[in-house]
Amino acid sequence: MFRAIQTGVEAMSSSLANLPIGAHARVIAVNGTGAVARRLMEMGVVPGAQVRVIKTAPLGDPIEVRVRGYHLALRRTEAQTITVMAGK
Amino acid sequence: MSTTLESPSLQTSAETSPKPARPLVVALAGNPNAGKTTLFNALTGLRQKVANYPGVTVERKEGVWQLAEGAPPARLIDLPGLYSLDAASIDEQIARDVITGRITGLPAPDVIVAVVDATNLERNLYLVTQLLEYGRPMVVALTMYDLAERRGLKVDMERLAEALCVEVVPVTAKQKRGLEELRRAILAASARKGLVAGWCLSEQAERELAALVQPAGESSDRHAALRELYGDELPEDEKRRDAISRARERLAETDGNWWQEPLLARYDWIERVSREAKNDGHDPHAPTTTERIDRVLTHRLFGPLILIFVMLLIFQAIFSWASLPMDLIDKGFGALGDAARSGLPEGLFTDLLVDGVIAGVGGVLVFLPQILLLFFFIAILEDTGYMARAAFIMDRLMRGVGLHGKAFMPLLSSFACAIPGIMATRTIENPKDRIATIMIAPFMSCSARLPVYTLMIAAFFSTQKVLGFVSVGALMILAMYFLGIAVAICVAWIAKRTILKSPPPPLVLEMPPYRVPNFLTIFQTIWSRAWLFVRRAGTVILAISIILWALATFPRTEVKGGSDAAPVETARSQQSPDAIDEGAVQEGEQLRNSFAGRLGRLIEPVIAPLGFDWKMGIALISSFAARETVVSTLSIIYNVGSDENESSLIEAVRNAKRPDGSPAWTPLVAVSMMVFFVLALQCMSTVAIVRRETNSWRWPLFMVGYMLALAYLASFITFQGGRLLGFT
Repeated sequence: MFRAIQTGVEAMSSSLANLPIGAHARVIAVNGTGAVARRLMEMGVVPGAQVRVIKTAPLGDPIEVRVRGYHLALRRTEAQTITVMAGK
Repeated sequence: MSTTLESPSLQTSAETSPKPARPLVVALAGNPNAGKTTLFNALTGLRQKVANYPGVTVERKEGVWQLAEGAPPARLIDLPGLYSLDAASIDEQIARDVITGRITGLPAPDVIVAVVDATNLERNLYLVTQLLEYGRPMVVALTMYDLAERRGLKVDMERLAEALCVEVVPVTAKQKRGLEELRRAILAASARKGLVAGWCLSEQAERELAALVQPAGESSDRHAALRELYGDELPEDEKRRDAISRARERLAETDGNWWQEPLLARYDWIERVSREAKNDGHDPHAPTTTERIDRVLTHRLFGPLILIFVMLLIFQAIFSWASLPMDLIDKGFGALGDAARSGLPEGLFTDLLVDGVIAGVGGVLVFLPQILLLFFFIAILEDTGYMARAAFIMDRLMRGVGLHGKAFMPLLSSFACAIPGIMATRTIENPKDRIATIMIAPFMSCSARLPVYTLMIAAFFSTQKVLGFVSVGALMILAMYFLGIAVAICVAWIAKRTILKSPPPPLVLEMPPYRVPNFLTIFQTIWSRAWLFVRRAGTVILAISIILWALATFPRTEVKGGSDAAPVETARSQQSPDAIDEGAVQEGEQLRNSFAGRLGRLIEPVIAPLGFDWKMGIALISSFAARETVVSTLSIIYNVGSDENESSLIEAVRNAKRPDGSPAWTPLVAVSMMVFFVLALQCMSTVAIVRRETNSWRWPLFMVGYMLALAYLASFITFQGGRLLGFT
């Protein structure tokens, strides 16, 4: 289902790492493999989930996002593996 | 993708109702910060014990709870906090082993209490979906629902219970509300069979799964096959392994992210359940109190400043508040030693008791106030949620040397004492990153090095000033701290690329909401950790103290007044006469002729290039029990007497001469000595704790070895380089 959306909106999608602070987005795909991608998904970052970028750490990395009503910190390298579509 | 909970009629479970003779085993499972420990403490009070699971350093917390009248009290297991049962960290592995009954001496739990945070329902339910798959009798304890209600978020417990097919009991552990209902629900669940839940996958995945299910055909076998197909490890059996890898390949052909399917199915189901059960009256994007606090605490500029301030506060507290109880303990053990000496007949046994046992144990316990205070602050930072913010702020810097943001706190604690620092590395999931952190923690200049630094500086650098107002002594201490940090960074950098090679650790860190800490929980944490320290480190320290005592005591010197005259005379003749008393002379004599003294002379050729003579060698040897003993050992060697005040020792150090008449100590020797103390692992308590935390002698012995080599090398460079540059 989400794969269909993904192909339709390829142009509008970007990675979570590229979103500005305060931006709302919907997760389209988690592209990583292995333990990190699994942990991200276990924490609720799955296709369809709403995320909002809260802030970046004082040194620019990691970033803090809000997902499923709680706050999650992740590094930019991890955020890059998450494809999102901007908007509520 | 459609997902359904299999209808209860189809479900069976291997679990039968427990025999009444055995105490019920109840396990508490839940996400970190879900209120699990508070609930555990409320249920068991002080009737709990903390140990480790066999072979690992995961804390095993178990308590007793009188569940039913007339029956033996239930065993309540507090599992480590976890997000998932797919074993990513060692905690999760242990939790899974407990739930499946694979821990020796611990039967599989009769009932699992899933602790679910109502303010964070969806993510908390993920673990519940996994627990349901195991098909154990289960009860959900819903925590923080009052907090959720205040935010305008109402959870319909009946709907939730209906969807999960288990009882849902709201509890407020602090006010002890809902505990009676929880007790009844657990008893009821223990009499029932567990339900095995499953979630439908895509058609192709279901086909592959059906082919893999063993012929017995129970629905729990579907779950076993599911775990094999989507798990990290392949089964041992070769035929089975082939079948599974072929199935994976076929799935991967149609969908590159095939492995995500069970995760998606679980969340799909969770979303539907929480849509039904959650009456979301509030705006999901409204800033929470935590977000408002974080606007300051993780602010670009204020965040780091506040972090520095918090650290300063903690250090100030540790160094100033702890000094009074430390003095008391020190004096107490001194008095105890005196009492034992006067009350017991003179002889070897009394010597052993006073100089070996009492002095040795006192030497460890004197650090207990500092360790307790540090544990107290760490527990508060953890409990309030600030620890995650510190990791968030520091992660970028720590990543530079290949470490995790979570390594920051343990390293910082190590400036007070490496022991609580090393114990605090438990939060780091990856074992290699954890060991890398443990390896460098002792380079942080701990409080036990301060007596050494202050003695050296008082003797040689006290009066000089730079730029008219900055004392050379203060600069010197600062330099020693920075030397430790710099070496730690280099060692971490090298270790992460060689012996502990692993990719930079990922950071996926929950930033928990700020909470008012629960002091009962904090004091229980401090108590259990402190007790572990006293008991385990204490036994090793005791043994080492006795050995060192024996080295310094044997062989006995009977003759008074110097049979081994030459070095003694030179040492003594240089003392100001008022610093000498008869007892001290005799004590010094004894030490010089003992095994320790002979060892000192034996290693003299080795340590001579560092600028040290054999008397300093004795002090170095004794300092391997604990750094600060070097001060008392030097007092004995220079016949000052260990009870004299420090100024006479400073005089003695300044005036000590080598056999050729040149001064034994020069400013350069003092710097070389300090450099050695920065880098060498001269602390038996640390060795004992590393042994316990890594569960092998390999790492502690390696650490003693490589740190000694580094210390030697650095002192060598300092002394020889300094001489080449014309310093004395």
